[in-house]
Amino acid sequence: MASADTDNTADHVVVDTASHVVVDDRAIARALTRISHEILERNSDAHELVLLGIPRRGVPLARRIAAKIAEVESYDVPVGALDTTMYRDDLRRGPVRSLMHTEIPPGGVDDKIVVLVDDVLFSGRTIRAALDALTEIGRPAAVQLAVLIDRGHRELPIRADFVGKNVPTALAERVTVHLAELDDEDAVRILRAGSAHTEGEGAR
Amino acid sequence: MKRHLLSAADLDRDEAELVLSTAAEMRALADRPIKKLPALRGRTVVNLFFEDSTRTRISFEAAAKRLSADVINFAAKGSSLSKGESLKDTALTLEAMGADAVVIRHHASGAPHRLAHSGWVRSSVVNAGDGTHEHPTQALLDAFTLWRHLGDSRPGGLEGRRIAIVGDVLHSRVARSNALLLRTLGAEVTLVAPPTLLPVGIDSWPVETSYDLDGVLPKADAVMMLRVQRERMSGGFFPTAREYSRRYGLDGRRMATLQDHTIVMHPGPMVRGMEITAEVADSDRSVIVEQVTNGVAVRMAVLYLLLSGSQDESDEGSTEDEE
Repeated sequence: MASADTDNTADHVVVDTASHVVVDDRAIARALTRISHEILERNSDAHELVLLGIPRRGVPLARRIAAKIAEVESYDVPVGALDTTMYRDDLRRGPVRSLMHTEIPPGGVDDKIVVLVDDVLFSGRTIRAALDALTEIGRPAAVQLAVLIDRGHRELPIRADFVGKNVPTALAERVTVHLAELDDEDAVRILRAGSAHTEGEGAR
Repeated sequence: MKRHLLSAADLDRDEAELVLSTAAEMRALADRPIKKLPALRGRTVVNLFFEDSTRTRISFEAAAKRLSADVINFAAKGSSLSKGESLKDTALTLEAMGADAVVIRHHASGAPHRLAHSGWVRSSVVNAGDGTHEHPTQALLDAFTLWRHLGDSRPGGLEGRRIAIVGDVLHSRVARSNALLLRTLGAEVTLVAPPTLLPVGIDSWPVETSYDLDGVLPKADAVMMLRVQRERMSGGFFPTAREYSRRYGLDGRRMATLQDHTIVMHPGPMVRGMEITAEVADSDRSVIVEQVTNGVAVRMAVLYLLLSGSQDESDEGSTEDEE
């Protein structure tokens, strides 16, 4: 699910020694601006849109995109959150996962164009889970996917419609996204192999 | 969470609040067109009820089904249980059927503990009420209801809140579980009952006690009325039903002395006219119907937290370090 660095202190130690920032705060801002414009170009009527962030870090990203769309269109696109935990295919592996908050905007998703927003696209499994979760909430006219980082290594036939930055990675590396709303800074880092967690990293 | 839920005392503050926050997400499901989640697909939950219970069994059944688990109901009446089969043999049968969780209601205090720790079954055991001992999921749903109304659904939201639990404490597993859990969550619990209906050793409970309902009500943030369990009584615990209701029943006059925000709860089944009047039960303060709705959400949360992870690692506690 969302991403990445999951706050245990050991990882933070590693961050200082064996990682480097691949996308900084200004590059994140530019990428989100571009994604926002691309979403508007693709979907001529902003009133059809609903942005659903995938917790945790997809949610603040969705809000930022909505804010940028509001600057251009003077319209507040509904923003929500879609937790995919209970739809994951690895729920039975590893310990119990706590649920994140799901919040569907009051207008619902029926016949809307839903743009799913996540921080890192990796195996594609989170997005598969999100599509399942969405099915039970309503029937959108179309579903699109916006991600800040596409790091490759897909395990399912899924691709993003809007990509902030393609970051080639080795499978053993970890990608961590920090966003000011949750982590006090905007930065994307790659953690070298050796510090790798095998499970749950860099957005599944 | 641990592997079993046998007592409200099994939960520490973090675990209890994890159940409440999980239940909050589960409750949101009730507003969706499709009230079903795939989290426990392929898991089997057995409802093993040695004692009559409609609402608890239905509540567990609805909870398990909404999480896509398979549910097997095993009631004492009309089954081998009424033919003299022992708990052990029943347990071995369930084990052979491959139950992942056993929800047990038993007239003997301690039966769920026995089932969980005997080695007869490998499944998770959830206590759905044992004798006069405990009923932890009822306490969790009561705490969840209180947390929504008095605690803004925030961690620590029940800190310092005053809860009065009134009535037949002696025979009430609900009272014991509530006293333990609400204390864990930081609330202050006062038990109000005639001396004959307070259990021996009450001074070791983490609660205040009082015989004077009228003195307690104006200070309470919530009042939980208990049913007088006459089926468990042999002998004179109080002179007459009428006298009991006059001293310990909640009626319109007493309700008028409550603070504006105070809510009235009842675990059900209610005996209208005995511990609570219809006027109170049907008033705006009453959250009795909501308690039933919340019961399903809380039991979903409990089953999810007990069953969704891998069995090997489910003891690790978990969760926060992962998204």
